[in-house]
Amino acid sequence: MSSVNVPGGIDPANVAHPTPGSLPPAKTGTGSGLRQMLAKGNFRDYGLMIALVIIMLFFEYTTDGVLFQPLNLTNLILQNSYVVVMALGMLLIIVAGHIDLSVGSIVGFVGALAAVLMVNYHVDYVSATLLCLVVGGLVGASQGYFVAYFGIPSFIVTLAGMLVFRGLTLSVLNGASVGPFPDVFQLLAKGFFPNFAGPYTSVIVAFAICAVFVATSLRRRMVQQSHGALTESLNGFLLRNGLLALVLLVFAYQMGSYRGLPNVLIIMTVLILLYRFVTNKTTIGRRIYALGGNVKAARLSGIKTDRLTFLTFANMGVLAGLAGMIFAARLNTATPKGGLGFELDVIAACFIGGASASGGVGKVTGVVIGAFIIGVMNNGMSILGIGIDYQQVIKGLVLLGAVCLDVYNKKAAA
Amino acid sequence: MSAILEMRGITKTFPGVKALDNVNLVVQPGEIHAICGENGAGKSTLMKVLSGVYPHGSYTGDILYEGKTVSFRDISESEHLGIIIIHQELALVPLLSIAENMFLGNETARFGIIDWDRAFARTRELLALVGLDENPETLITNLGIGKQQLVEIAKALAKKVKLLILDEPTASLNESDSEKLLNLLLGFKKQGMSSIIISHKLNEISKVADQITIIRDGTSVETLDCRRDAITEDRIIKGMVGRDMESRYPPREPKIGGPLLEIRNWNAFHHVHADRAVCRNINLTVRRGEIVGVAGLMGAGRTELAMSVFGRSYGQNISGEVLLDGKPVDVSTITKAIAAGIAYVTEDRKQLGLVLDENITKNTTLANLPGVSKAMVIDSDREFVVASDYRSKLNIRSFGVEQQAVNLSGGNQQKVVLSKWLFTRPEVLILDEPTRGIDVGAKYEIYAIINALAEEGKGVLMISSEMPELLGMCDRIYVMNEGRFVGEFPGREATQETIMRAIMRSKELN
Repeated sequence: MSSVNVPGGIDPANVAHPTPGSLPPAKTGTGSGLRQMLAKGNFRDYGLMIALVIIMLFFEYTTDGVLFQPLNLTNLILQNSYVVVMALGMLLIIVAGHIDLSVGSIVGFVGALAAVLMVNYHVDYVSATLLCLVVGGLVGASQGYFVAYFGIPSFIVTLAGMLVFRGLTLSVLNGASVGPFPDVFQLLAKGFFPNFAGPYTSVIVAFAICAVFVATSLRRRMVQQSHGALTESLNGFLLRNGLLALVLLVFAYQMGSYRGLPNVLIIMTVLILLYRFVTNKTTIGRRIYALGGNVKAARLSGIKTDRLTFLTFANMGVLAGLAGMIFAARLNTATPKGGLGFELDVIAACFIGGASASGGVGKVTGVVIGAFIIGVMNNGMSILGIGIDYQQVIKGLVLLGAVCLDVYNKKAAA
Repeated sequence: MSAILEMRGITKTFPGVKALDNVNLVVQPGEIHAICGENGAGKSTLMKVLSGVYPHGSYTGDILYEGKTVSFRDISESEHLGIIIIHQELALVPLLSIAENMFLGNETARFGIIDWDRAFARTRELLALVGLDENPETLITNLGIGKQQLVEIAKALAKKVKLLILDEPTASLNESDSEKLLNLLLGFKKQGMSSIIISHKLNEISKVADQITIIRDGTSVETLDCRRDAITEDRIIKGMVGRDMESRYPPREPKIGGPLLEIRNWNAFHHVHADRAVCRNINLTVRRGEIVGVAGLMGAGRTELAMSVFGRSYGQNISGEVLLDGKPVDVSTITKAIAAGIAYVTEDRKQLGLVLDENITKNTTLANLPGVSKAMVIDSDREFVVASDYRSKLNIRSFGVEQQAVNLSGGNQQKVVLSKWLFTRPEVLILDEPTRGIDVGAKYEIYAIINALAEEGKGVLMISSEMPELLGMCDRIYVMNEGRFVGEFPGREATQETIMRAIMRSKELN
């Protein structure tokens, strides 16, 4: 009976402090860096990145270099920021196995509320901003309440929410546009990080970020090595970090040649890093993935699935509220049509970025790249003078194509 | 008498794996031919080759059916010739009626318009053939699993089946439903139909099979003829595992201590029908180091009892008291139950136990994430170490802890679920059908793990529909029927007969 192994004492208490030395040696990659980067498991991540680069180069070429001009690059960030911000929240909702169709209306509603508070009632911008975030959170929470505790499908709840808050937007604004906003509030969307070192500020900031990033991933690599859990070859590691640093520095230099780093970019970056951390590293993130992957198994593992669903919607509301204020500040006016159709770009960004419609799958990096694919296409096609009609056709086909490719990849991998 | 089916030298490779290697199978007309083998031996793959799920050309070897070489491109071609396969996971649409399911894809229609009168009449005839007395308009979801299985068979009859293939037909049936199904097969045999049955339940196979082909590691090892000499279960096991199994249950010296888990006056009601009691006045004790079994027919309320105790995850109007080490504990939510030291290993590991798309690591730590994190931040290195440690202790066969749960065999999946619950550091483990659908070798390993847990002084409450398993493993067995405990036997004194008698007597009393 050689193949039957009777495990000795299974004492969970011992497991808390096991000796790393007793572990089976993990496989250490030895292939070339590039090949490894493109290896099957990583294809999804790098494939998306490559798709974004190809799309950028395509528009850079067809627009005769307008796309990467500092002014346009800045515009691209500003235009795209609210989609990215909302896509972070939408990712959590989609991973949890739900959808939120109401975010466009929440953008409109919170933008309108901000305008009425600051312009009509002269509330100071700090209180108004905080109040708007709270209202956004309440709106999201109210919808999450019906989804989580009443078991009503999120599609229906948020479809209702989409109508309700679009209607309330009209009502708050009395059907007219309200503006302009106080100057300080406009800085949210139009301001730039103080250029303490002239045009080189952004490069210095980027360099600092690169240094921190490389240092942390180097440390991580060393820890992995000590556990025998190293899966990436040295070449792959260098190539990945090198490319990332290069792209960051070039981007920062370009931004610096215009007016520097927009405030929005900083907000966005902080949020991206925060959500990346939450999804990868925290128990709440892990639980959301488990909830979307198998809600029954998650519940029987002691996870409070209802509360978690509720929280993802509340979180979405806060982010939609923030996006609503950024958008209103950028236009310097709140209009009844503000945020109309935004939910489509946000949801498309998530699915292009590799989130699964059945829940449980999706990454922050993927979704951010997805949002930029949409953003670059919007921007590039506008520069080329392609009409809004064909822009929509093309965006629709790209969404379909991206998901098809994803499904095909999964089948090929199985 | 020429064979109805002959598969010669079937070889099928998947990228990197040889799933079938020169398999031969000969089925005579009018016989019940059993295929036995451990999980992953290649039984299902062979049936997929036969039915055309893997089209001609994707394998090598010949299939002769009724004397002619056949090459199926898809499942409809094999069905057309009367080869019908009924899969382990039933392929019925729950919210359609019996009649609608019966003729799904094969409707009694003219120009696309369904003749319902004929469909219903025909359904009644077919249901009568399988001995099922149900209205054709009844929705599938309102039928028990045993009756659903019969509908599947009636559906096969509707397609003029000549060779019926049943993949684990009795895996989720209770004893009496299994009996009914096997008798049905014997009846069909008398009428000249051939069938192939894949099953892990060796007692059933030795009862109905005329011939047994044993597959091990992708090759057909031998074919046993049950008509000529009597084939014992041990003989089949020997063929399956390639070695003698002197005992199917690992030896153990029980060291039983004081009462650990006590359940007092436990009552629970159906989660939808508030007036239907599923647990009535249950009193139960599990001592330290003791393995206690709960026997009963399907629907007796065993799973409902376990789940209502485990954080009220089933039922309503639950009342009663739970004591651990003599002290009352609050088990009103799953989180509290886990914290109190109770773990419940669910009966359905795919639906209720695992997040299939996640890897072994993430499944292992899911129920005790705080155990690998500080201030809500997961220490992924620690997590890796924990998962790797359970992987080696429980002998989980995988490429590593990064492998997705969906790609593991049933036995290894079950070990991952066990890892998850062991990591919550429980005092009491409630195991619901811990070895369902896993092969003999893996069962032995699971039993060894259970014994090791008892050895450490933990309490184990084991629910199982396989009576030999309870008799072989348990120190004490409760018998449950219709929500009540109707008997309690020391493991050594209990037999299948005494347990069945306890169930039957309780029915007479009601």
